[in-house]
Amino acid sequence: MAAVSMTVNGKAVTGDVEPRTLLVQFLRENLRLTGTHVGCDTSQCGACIVHIDGIAAKACTTLALQCEGAKITTIEGLAEPGGKLHPMQEAFREHHGLQCGYCTPGMIMSALDIVRRNGNNLDEHTIRDQLDGNICRCTGYHNIVKAIEAGAKAMAK
Amino acid sequence: MSATGIGAPVRRKEDFRFITGQGQYTDDVTRPGETRAVFVRSPHAHAKIKSIDVGAAKKMPGVIDVLTGAQLATDKIGNLICGWMIHSKDGSPMKMSAHPALAATKVNCVGDAVAVVIAETIAQGKDAAEKVKVDYEVLTAVVDPAKAQAKGAPQIHPDIPNNTIYQWHLGEKKDVDAAFAAAKHVTKLDIVNNRLVPNAMEPRAALADYDAGTDNLTLWNTSQNPHVARLVISAFIGMAPEHKLRVIAPDVGGGFGSKIFIYPEEVVCLWASRRVKRPVKWTSDRSEAFLTDAHGRDHVTHAEMALDANGKILALRARTIANLGAYMSTFSSSVPTYLYATLLSGQYNIPSIYCEVDAVYTNTAPVDAYRGAGRPEATFVVERLVEVAARQMGIDPADLRRRNFITAFPHQTPVIMAYDGGDYNASLKKAMEMADVKGFAKRKREAARNGKLRGMGYSTYIEACGIAPSQAVGSLGAGVGLWESAEVRVNPTGSVEVLTGSHAHGQGHETTFAQLVSERLGIPFENVSIVHGDTDKVQFGMGTYGSRSGAVGMSAIVKALDKIEIKAKKVAAFMLEAAEGDIEFKDGKFTVAGTDKSAAFGDVALNAYIAHKFTGAELEPGLKETSFYDPTNFTFPAGCHICELDVDIETGKVDIVNWTAVDDFGTIINPMIVEGQVHGGIAQGVGQALMEGAYYDAAGQLVTGSMMDYTMPRAHDLPSFHVGLTETKSPSNPLGMKGCGEAGAIASPAAVINAITDAIGTENIAMPATASAVWTALQKLQAPKAA
Amino acid sequence: MYNFTFHRPTTVRQAAGLLARNPDGKLLAGGHSLLPVMKQRLAQPSALVDLSLVEGMTGVELKGRSVVIGAMTRHADVANSQVLKDVMPGLAAVPGSIGDPQVRNRGTIGGSIANNDPNADYPAACLGLGATIITNKRRIAADDFFTGMFSTALEEGEIIVKVSFPVAKKAAYEKFKHPASGFALVGVFVSKRGPDIRVAVTGAGSNGVFRVKSFEEALKKRFSPKSIEGMSIPATGMNADIHASPEYRAHLVAVLARRALAKAND
Repeated sequence: MAAVSMTVNGKAVTGDVEPRTLLVQFLRENLRLTGTHVGCDTSQCGACIVHIDGIAAKACTTLALQCEGAKITTIEGLAEPGGKLHPMQEAFREHHGLQCGYCTPGMIMSALDIVRRNGNNLDEHTIRDQLDGNICRCTGYHNIVKAIEAGAKAMAK
Repeated sequence: MSATGIGAPVRRKEDFRFITGQGQYTDDVTRPGETRAVFVRSPHAHAKIKSIDVGAAKKMPGVIDVLTGAQLATDKIGNLICGWMIHSKDGSPMKMSAHPALAATKVNCVGDAVAVVIAETIAQGKDAAEKVKVDYEVLTAVVDPAKAQAKGAPQIHPDIPNNTIYQWHLGEKKDVDAAFAAAKHVTKLDIVNNRLVPNAMEPRAALADYDAGTDNLTLWNTSQNPHVARLVISAFIGMAPEHKLRVIAPDVGGGFGSKIFIYPEEVVCLWASRRVKRPVKWTSDRSEAFLTDAHGRDHVTHAEMALDANGKILALRARTIANLGAYMSTFSSSVPTYLYATLLSGQYNIPSIYCEVDAVYTNTAPVDAYRGAGRPEATFVVERLVEVAARQMGIDPADLRRRNFITAFPHQTPVIMAYDGGDYNASLKKAMEMADVKGFAKRKREAARNGKLRGMGYSTYIEACGIAPSQAVGSLGAGVGLWESAEVRVNPTGSVEVLTGSHAHGQGHETTFAQLVSERLGIPFENVSIVHGDTDKVQFGMGTYGSRSGAVGMSAIVKALDKIEIKAKKVAAFMLEAAEGDIEFKDGKFTVAGTDKSAAFGDVALNAYIAHKFTGAELEPGLKETSFYDPTNFTFPAGCHICELDVDIETGKVDIVNWTAVDDFGTIINPMIVEGQVHGGIAQGVGQALMEGAYYDAAGQLVTGSMMDYTMPRAHDLPSFHVGLTETKSPSNPLGMKGCGEAGAIASPAAVINAITDAIGTENIAMPATASAVWTALQKLQAPKAA
Repeated sequence: MYNFTFHRPTTVRQAAGLLARNPDGKLLAGGHSLLPVMKQRLAQPSALVDLSLVEGMTGVELKGRSVVIGAMTRHADVANSQVLKDVMPGLAAVPGSIGDPQVRNRGTIGGSIANNDPNADYPAACLGLGATIITNKRRIAADDFFTGMFSTALEEGEIIVKVSFPVAKKAAYEKFKHPASGFALVGVFVSKRGPDIRVAVTGAGSNGVFRVKSFEEALKKRFSPKSIEGMSIPATGMNADIHASPEYRAHLVAVLARRALAKAND
């Protein structure tokens, strides 16, 4: 076992883990932050996407120990403490960008990274291209694309 | 229309928990003392189990127990079953093999579970699972259903000759043969409806918790129909009496059919929990899901259509071999029969239809219902035949369809179904306008200048939804009744809980069902909660599949609400000191006809419970009603999808440039949610047509065993969709609803392939039409020219 | 995953020492090739030596007529490097096409090259530009580095520190993505640096990345798609799987080479 400490959603956390523990396992099992999901085992579906030091990464392909000292943001860390939703969360609801909800946390975390990389004025082509690392089986992506476009604009306000 | 009533695009109640990471899926649920189950699975497609040695595995760190099929048999845990009886044309019943939850003597597909390790952690369980020594005698495998039927093929199950489950037929062969003999034109097609892996994003999971103090078992699982799971696990598998087993399907991350079925893993978790006296959780890896989730489709069909000189369809005949895999999954028998051949009339007036279906075992994963279930296969047969017939006869494909549309209702087809209503010309016309069919020729010329072959394809589909009434499905072999239940509980403060036997796993029932109640009772949408997915809360329900939750599930709620209104009027009559017959109910208010005396819904609810205004002899206190609704017919959603696409001549890559869908779903409760269902269905259908396909090699290994090889549609593979609606109400249920969940997946594959074949000028392309496949088809076309 | 010990050295020397003490150990760079394999229990290293804290292993620099990229530089950082985009956008396009955005946020050039996946993108760029792989022990020419699928000239304990790419006046990469995995079903990198013309292909060959000498020869006259118009390569030795036949892959090599040439001349 090895000790690990990091900051998750603004809180300092520590844990004692086997080196083989993935970041997603640490979040889900040790911290009980179950909003980060596992949808595949080949690093493709993006249900597990979190931000490591502000940059989107797949928590299923990252060891917890690689995140020693890092700042992690998960879907649970987006809304304001008072409960006010992040504009991207709000946009997903407003545009029906989710059905079963399973891919949604990863989609939203990925969407924020698209905005980080490409700014707030996103066209459909860019969004579709940049969603390459996220798979949704319910929505056909139509409304996810609309939600991200609107959410990105709302973030600029 | 109110802001939250029927027809309003109300934003979903369920979204808050999902967008904030607070959904509760099965794997998110934990119980104190929880252990993890890891299955030992066969690496062989077909083998005898000579011995299993669990000694070394049991000594591994963190291992609580290792259990095998022999112990399962000793404990008298019953086999998994298929619940729909099909009889062959000779009258003999279908041949269902034994299907133990853990194989004890023989494995019949890769991934067949032979043992389970119960350990403190998944990692420890996986470490130990590798130490289980299984001695296999490998047998020759067969994955192709036609080969499985051939003489000398490997025998998969004892006493099932030629691996053939049934040889079924529907329709009058004699009439059809006569029509073909007299036909001016016959179109023939050989069709493979490719095997698909459902891949709901949440993998299957089960958490079983045995309470030794009460002898009660609780199962959390990823189920579309927890009550049916409880019934089967109790009555057929014999795990526990029904009243000692509680099944909870919490938030479920997509189903698409694959979570209807009762699977070995949940049975094993329940059994193991009782044995080790601790909670046992199993969560599927995606790799396990590829091997063990029931797959979809997998038909091989020869189909023919007979037409007269004017393009009038005279008859259709089809011969299909359906690959059902290694075991018969829960509803597998119904999919290539009553959910398939009954739809071969499409939207057309076809006097005679005959269909023969052989269902066959192979050494592959079981195949069962997947979004559309039988109806996509039927639609593909009919819509490809119609399109190709039009091309061969030199008739415009839209025109040939119009010449054959059914226009008078009710319409009895030659294959059981009685269509109750629809307007197929209307949806075709609207779709053609939206797709700008008139401008297509110009766009095609422009595309050609950029090295692209542009094509357009239609699919005018019909589906039968609701999967009801019980009497009808019973006569066709269903082992259960297919009604739905609802319980409406009005609280003393006037808020309402609706307990429904439907189950939502992405469909938004918490929103749409609340819209219905809000509108009907005139109470705020926020004051309504929808409760589902727990057998301890909801008395019974048949679950969600076959686009039935609106037409059947909501109809049950309507029926319960009718009873609530009747009872509430009685309460109001006592309150307002008026005759019951003079009480009117509108917009949440009870009034005495012709007076200004009134009582709000909330006041009546309170009075129902405080019971101060009436004696127990006059009226029972309380306001709660239950209903069981059994429809009078299937519903028949229909519509027209038009796909426009470009084929890159150099690479064969297909780009969909425009998608138009015009659907008739009858009454719409929430257009936002309905459109979302259409989008998702189209994506799955486009996936089938262009990229998805499960392949086994000759030894029975799944070549497409992960998302590295099995192509899942991604955002950049799809366009935005243009979705429109027409509306004819279903006469078969009180709301006039038809169902919208499967339409996209049913309609779209034929539209894509009709468009590709239009673009490349050959019908010789199978699904999935990958770039490689399209390029190869183009080469075959050019070969004769070069020679 | 099997268990392992985890180490985080801060210098290349420390990392090499750890590898020497753990002969069954492996280096961990971005982890996006290694960890998936370990998750499937197809690799069982006794130790992982994480290079992420080793100093001096990241960055994209123009040094004389070469672009030098630290082995631990992430794909996204290479793709977005202004230095690189200014002198050789054709190379920046290679990491820009790898996997998906999250993979590019974590994966590294050193990890990709050391793994030499036969469908990976970077090997085509290395071979297509005649790069030099700089390790803690020596400098290896790309032509000598890639020795077959998942096989390189790296020796025990050898650590890639940098990769040096000569700046080519013309360079471009064209990729036909594997529809499921996002790897290269076929990827073709073309470059022209003075008289040195290279056409390197990944994804197609059953023995990993290779050069197409016949195209290179034809392009000597004129570096233009027209020069290889109508030319093809034999299907023998091409990969065959459910996604593409050998014939299709061979065909794509020619198509993508022409497209890359057009792009390089743009």
